[in-house]
Amino acid sequence: MLGLNKRDTSFLIIVILLTMFTPFLMQPFSEGSAMAQFNGGYPDLMAKVAIFGIFAMGFNILFGLTGYLSFGHAAFLGVGSYSAVWMFKLLTLNVFPAIILSVIVAGLFSLLIGYISLRRSGIYFSILTLAMAEMSYRLAYSVFTPLTNGETGLQLRPGDPRILDAADASRYPNLFGLELSTSYKLEVLNHVFTFNVGFYFCAVIAIIAFYLTLRIFRSPFGMMLRAVKSNQNRMSFTGLNPRPYTLAAFVISGMYAGLAGGLLAVMDPLAGAERMQWTVGGEVVIMTILGGAGTLLGPVLGAGAIKYLENIFSKINETVLHSWFSFMPDGMEDVVVSFFAFFTGKGWALTLGLMFMLVVTFLPGGLVEGGQRIWNKIRRKKPDTPNNNPAE
Amino acid sequence: MDVIILQLLNGLDKGSAYALIALGLTLIFGTLGVVNFAHGALFMIGAFCAVTLQKVLNISSEAIDPTKTDFLGNPLVVKTPYVVNWFGPETGALIIDWSVPLALLVAVPIMILVGFIMERGLIKHFYHRPHADQILVTFGLAIVMQELIKQGFGANAIPTGAPDAFKGSYDFGNLLGFDPNVIIYPYWRMIYFAFSAIVIGAVFAFLRFTTFGMVVRAGMADRETVGLLGINIDKRFTIMFGIAAAVAGIAGVMYAPINSPNYHMGMDFLVLSFVVVVVGGMGSLPGAVLAGFMLGILESFASMNEVKNIFPGIDQIIIYLTAIIILLVRPRGLMGKRGVMED
Amino acid sequence: MSILEVENIGKRFGGLKALDNVNLSIKEGTVHALIGPNGAGKSTLLNVLVGKLVPDTGSVMFDGQSVLGRAPHEINQMGISRVFQTPEIFGDLSVMENMMIPCFAKRDGSFRMHALERMMDEKQIVASAEEMLVEMNMIDKREMHAAAMSRGDKRRLEIGMCLAQQPRLLLLDEPTAGMARADTNNTIDLLRQISEERDITIVIIEHDMHVVFSLAQRITVLAQGTPLVEDTPDNIKGHPKVREAYLGETAV
Ligand SMILES: Nc1ncnc2c1ncn2[C@@H]1O[C@H](COP(=O)(O)OP(=O)(O)O)[C@@H](O)[C@H]1O
Ligand SMILES: [Mg+2]
Repeated sequence: MLGLNKRDTSFLIIVILLTMFTPFLMQPFSEGSAMAQFNGGYPDLMAKVAIFGIFAMGFNILFGLTGYLSFGHAAFLGVGSYSAVWMFKLLTLNVFPAIILSVIVAGLFSLLIGYISLRRSGIYFSILTLAMAEMSYRLAYSVFTPLTNGETGLQLRPGDPRILDAADASRYPNLFGLELSTSYKLEVLNHVFTFNVGFYFCAVIAIIAFYLTLRIFRSPFGMMLRAVKSNQNRMSFTGLNPRPYTLAAFVISGMYAGLAGGLLAVMDPLAGAERMQWTVGGEVVIMTILGGAGTLLGPVLGAGAIKYLENIFSKINETVLHSWFSFMPDGMEDVVVSFFAFFTGKGWALTLGLMFMLVVTFLPGGLVEGGQRIWNKIRRKKPDTPNNNPAE
Repeated sequence: MDVIILQLLNGLDKGSAYALIALGLTLIFGTLGVVNFAHGALFMIGAFCAVTLQKVLNISSEAIDPTKTDFLGNPLVVKTPYVVNWFGPETGALIIDWSVPLALLVAVPIMILVGFIMERGLIKHFYHRPHADQILVTFGLAIVMQELIKQGFGANAIPTGAPDAFKGSYDFGNLLGFDPNVIIYPYWRMIYFAFSAIVIGAVFAFLRFTTFGMVVRAGMADRETVGLLGINIDKRFTIMFGIAAAVAGIAGVMYAPINSPNYHMGMDFLVLSFVVVVVGGMGSLPGAVLAGFMLGILESFASMNEVKNIFPGIDQIIIYLTAIIILLVRPRGLMGKRGVMED
Repeated sequence: MSILEVENIGKRFGGLKALDNVNLSIKEGTVHALIGPNGAGKSTLLNVLVGKLVPDTGSVMFDGQSVLGRAPHEINQMGISRVFQTPEIFGDLSVMENMMIPCFAKRDGSFRMHALERMMDEKQIVASAEEMLVEMNMIDKREMHAAAMSRGDKRRLEIGMCLAQQPRLLLLDEPTAGMARADTNNTIDLLRQISEERDITIVIIEHDMHVVFSLAQRITVLAQGTPLVEDTPDNIKGHPKVREAYLGETAV
């Protein structure tokens, strides 16, 4: 079906089902229960998972397949957001023109940056992309303020022309009139599930993006990208020019990033330059590697895990910790609480950094490799030789 | 003319900082072949050594002075730093005043220790892994260090003053025959420049004139051969890492009065210092120093209004632009050896 | 008819003259061996031929067209394939994928954006890759991770990958180095069969004189970057200069 073999079709169907039922899956605990704070089923977070999933999926096409480590992909995310907001301001608040423009502009921008950066490889490539992203970020703050509105960020104003919108049209991003912030709530047995238009919009786009990624992975082009990573020498002595292959991968991943940036603006029509900072590009690197670079599902898992944990961990402040450890003797409780407080609440980034170091050191294949190892243990099989068929 | 001299001077202290960080990065890359994204974090830790010492020296005993009252009418609480209690008012105040230079004494052993632990505990396992993995794991480490500092010291920058003797500026204009107050240059920045020159000189002398340095230089030129000679490279690598960390650390200590330390200063400097290393030529020590000063000065010239009027925003991007051009036309950098990661 | 004309090639590395005034003419359809002591410049010469190195002087004409100044992939597309001294294969890919890549390169040229096409629809590519694997006697290893194979298998895979491109000129750099006797004999048979049945010209660098004398029709002896003599195997065997070059080396 859809140009996939049986195994990939069922894989895709599972992913679609998981995505569609996210509002249930991320809301496992009933309201008012002690565990309710671990629920992640609110629209904003779920949409972020989908959006950063797209960002990481695209990044993975470049890094996972070709091995080129870019620290500059935040630039395309930022450009995507700016484009979308401009489309909202000038043309219409309908989301489709906005995200289409995001993808196109990010694609062109990544063509330029990719063309320059890909003249070098290895660490030089990483540093070139780093320098380019940092440059874009600084320019967005300075010279390009007419386009970016500097530190304040680009936002919607009542006086925007919006030439395609009728006078009485919705004043928020919408899908042909249906506002993305619209939510439907379902209450079952003390559980509250929220179905939000914005989330489902992002989810559908994420599924399409995933499907495209799957096709690219299974195509001869995808194999060529893996060949670039494996041995560029052999590739050029086999009559293939690695440069256009890597450039194509770079532009594709730039377009994914632009799409993600556009969707961020769709969910919250405000674009700021801090989205272009290289540390944001570092975040997508972390997501991809944590999940499993070069695998299909890894980057999405990584994005989901990080966004979810970020949300949960940030909520665990000292008060919450005290309520958990109140059974302990006083002195001990304080010690334990202050220990955990180090890693939760504002300390989330510390936990993330540690987690990332552990994964890079001990589990270079990320969560997916971890899952495979456990699976193989259960089946009492020795781990495969590195998988030549980067599937799930 | 006066403007040019002023910008030249302004470029020197920034350039000194770039040069010092890039020097350490290059030492690590050249000897160990490791791309260390946590090097900026080491610079930051150095700066926070200065912050910590200043705080520690200011820890005070509290006594109630019954003869005076505060504005609420309560007896006045007088805080006296312990240092003052111990050493008497004059010496005590002097010690507190000189906390930044004194922090060098504390920072050197701490940074060497940090370097040792980092190399033995982490970096050593990455010698034979791809550069991408080295970048990733040290990037993770940089985040961890930065977050630890953020938790310990908060998110705001902490002003850390230079000794009173070095507050204020020197009027170079007088000396050179310009009008007064045209070319004024803060004393502490002069100190910083002189200090960097000494450290850079010391590192070069160490590498040039000691047996240890000779082995290390030989290792930089050809790691495998030196390894085959049966020389214990491992131990030397660890020591080199400690030295590089110490250089980054003391650069941070002395930089504290110039720019109040904050938790993200490491990441801010990291990108810049990699750019410097690349411009100078990966693995070339003189290249790192040269490029550090060159880019510092270039940046300060680009921030002149005359230049900014012609190329708006150029001051923001000049360093990156230079790096990109150099990488494209001369990938091995200004003074890099032919063939060192040239592709 | 000569298919490859090398004229007056010189290449220095710093003070070292790796190649000095090399002239060479390879006749179409022959097996031509390059021999000479280690460091004679044999691999360097091949590097010049495939575009990995740019020489300081001289010209290289392949089938009437200049090779110099072209990128390696362009030179390969002209019909020159090379097997390296240490096997260069796609270690992270499966054996089958390794074999498919040259088939794609043959059919689609140096770049094609076939991102949404299905690998399994490429029947023709799959068929020719499988055929080549059968011929190389590796079809049972088709799903194997290429890096996990033995050195001899890697070398055979690399030869197969080059053949899959149906090159007009095949350059081999010490293909039997480190091979067991039996494998060496298999390789000799394979190469002989290639040269006789497929109309492929072969240039082979080899230290094993058994291999050289059972395959080559012409032999060029290279020493210190210059060709000493070029002749038929029989004449080379007794040539005083050759003995000197080799004995000179062994005497050191
Ligand atoms: N890229 C290079 N840089 C410097 N010297 C080289 C390079 N490649 C080869 N050489 C030198 O050129 C000479 C010829 O080498 P090579 O062609 O590999 O000899 P061989 O005949 O054994 O294949 C040797 O002395 C070698 O050290
Ligand atoms: Mg050779």
